[in-house]
Amino acid sequence: MIARRLAPALLAALLTTAAAAQERVVIAGGDLTEIAFALGEGARVVAADTTSNYPAAVEALPKVGYLRALPAEGILAQAPDLMIAGPEAGPPPVLEQLRAAGLEIATGPEGITPDVVPQKIRFVADALGVPERAEPMVAAFEAEMTELAGLAEGFTDHPRVLFLLAVQEGAPLVAGSGTEAGEMIRLAGGVNAVEGIEGYRPMTPEAIIAAAPDVVLMMRDFLGRYGGAEAILARPDIAQTEAGREGRLVAMDGMMLVGYGPRTPAALRELMRALHPADADRLGL
Amino acid sequence: MASEAADIPAPRLTGRSLGPPLLLALTLVLALAGLGLGPVAITPAEMLAVITGHGTPAHEAILLQIRAPRVVLALAAGTSLALSGATLQGVLRNPLADPGLIGVTAGAALGAVSVIVLAGGATALPPGLRPYLLPVGAFAGAAAVTSFVFLAARSRAGTSVATLILAGVAVNAIAFAGIGGLIYVSDDVALRTLSLWQMGSLGGAGWPVALVALGFAALAAARFLPLAAALDLFQLGERAAFHAGLDVERAKFRAGLWTAVATGAATAAAGPIGFIGLVAPHLARLMCGPGHRAVLPVSALMGTALLLLADLATRLAVPPAEPPIGLATSLIGGPFFLWLLLRKRGAAHG
Repeated sequence: MIARRLAPALLAALLTTAAAAQERVVIAGGDLTEIAFALGEGARVVAADTTSNYPAAVEALPKVGYLRALPAEGILAQAPDLMIAGPEAGPPPVLEQLRAAGLEIATGPEGITPDVVPQKIRFVADALGVPERAEPMVAAFEAEMTELAGLAEGFTDHPRVLFLLAVQEGAPLVAGSGTEAGEMIRLAGGVNAVEGIEGYRPMTPEAIIAAAPDVVLMMRDFLGRYGGAEAILARPDIAQTEAGREGRLVAMDGMMLVGYGPRTPAALRELMRALHPADADRLGL
Repeated sequence: MASEAADIPAPRLTGRSLGPPLLLALTLVLALAGLGLGPVAITPAEMLAVITGHGTPAHEAILLQIRAPRVVLALAAGTSLALSGATLQGVLRNPLADPGLIGVTAGAALGAVSVIVLAGGATALPPGLRPYLLPVGAFAGAAAVTSFVFLAARSRAGTSVATLILAGVAVNAIAFAGIGGLIYVSDDVALRTLSLWQMGSLGGAGWPVALVALGFAALAAARFLPLAAALDLFQLGERAAFHAGLDVERAKFRAGLWTAVATGAATAAAGPIGFIGLVAPHLARLMCGPGHRAVLPVSALMGTALLLLADLATRLAVPPAEPPIGLATSLIGGPFFLWLLLRKRGAAHG
């Protein structure tokens, strides 16, 4: 009885202290972790999910698991007063349990174009109570993206690029339209070789030959798992394409390429150089 | 009549009669451990404070909203899976039978995959109901596929066990073809969700799902336990059971129906958790002999104890992360089962 009446008061007291300064923050989402560290607030992050792997300081943090399968108690064991989560974080019942335990959860914006990055920066800065640090970072990001968009006007060619997410036996997973990888290819002055299908889908070897890519793009972590660039280029389907004949395979850090965070301009620059080696020096990339 | 089978004394009664009470005590200890242990340390005094209503809000949420539903779901799923396995092994006179054999798991998986892959179109549902779409889909899939297997195996001469098993194999193949087709049209997000669901978890369920699962488990247990005498008769062969006055067809129908309901509900709530349905009945038989009067309740206890232990293991193995429970049931159950088998064989030779 007494507890019933006391609980709201206790909770209110807890919330006021939390609003004053959230000193223990758990982040689920590699892009959001990156932004928190870039804002200079990395010291307040006490744990992160397994998609968080940049900057290097993140590696030392406890990992609470994959962001779509978060454990309620594992997170609470870090005694956090705030969780910053990407829109895909879950499962929903676990988020409910965390809220019931009094943990404040801030859920970030979603989007499949780099336009979402300024929103993410403002969101993380607000959640961490340092909104004034967002604008300089947003301004730097937008300036660099505008510069890169200008440079992209000068490309003389527009190679067809095939993004391979995973290369299992049979049909590899490729990036169709409406994907982060497809959008990065377009912004870098390339053409997504797979425009007909939506999302990341398996594609048969014959369809890969028909897509006629000039360049194959992959995430570096995955590349090693499938036996390196030679093994990919020697696949019967890839070998039949221009990319296979010319040996053009570009490997990039996955989180940097499709994570849409502060490193997106650097990723775009790297991809532009790789897709347009002839123009790169002339344009000063 | 039917009660005669239960009057046959279990061989070597000494030493065995202590097993079930010990198991019950162990299950209670594990349930308490399920409440008391986890990545967040909560002392018995703090637990007591929560129970008497004086705990901190954080401890209250962890005990009552996170740990308690898991213990309840372990009880529900462990009981459902173990009783289904024991009944099915008894009816089919096949020690390798598990609920997966007659298509329950494949059906539940087909239902779950349909929801995961096609639920994009279900945005019309109010957000509060969306989390329940997956369990409902899994349950509907299990019910639909199992009824199909039973209908297919039924003829004028009755339900043939051989046809039942073979129809189960065929329907499993069809269900997995359906799953394969759905996987082919799904995107990477659905694929990830799917592979996580297929490994099972007690952690994703809150009170509503755990309580519904418990209700189904209680309902099924009330139907399974009276089947004990019939299951003993089945061990003599269907013909002998029939001549002993058993309505063989009715018993088979009941066993099939409630296996589908119980396993369907458990799988819907916790995902497909392997091994419990197969191993818990064997462990029960090793403990208390072949009579189903004892095997059924002891199986249910054994299934609950195994799931509680597996859940504790996933919580405490690599905190703060939590591996799926399907890994733990096989990792704990497998070696334990092997050890018991080898020990029993050694005793038989010695």
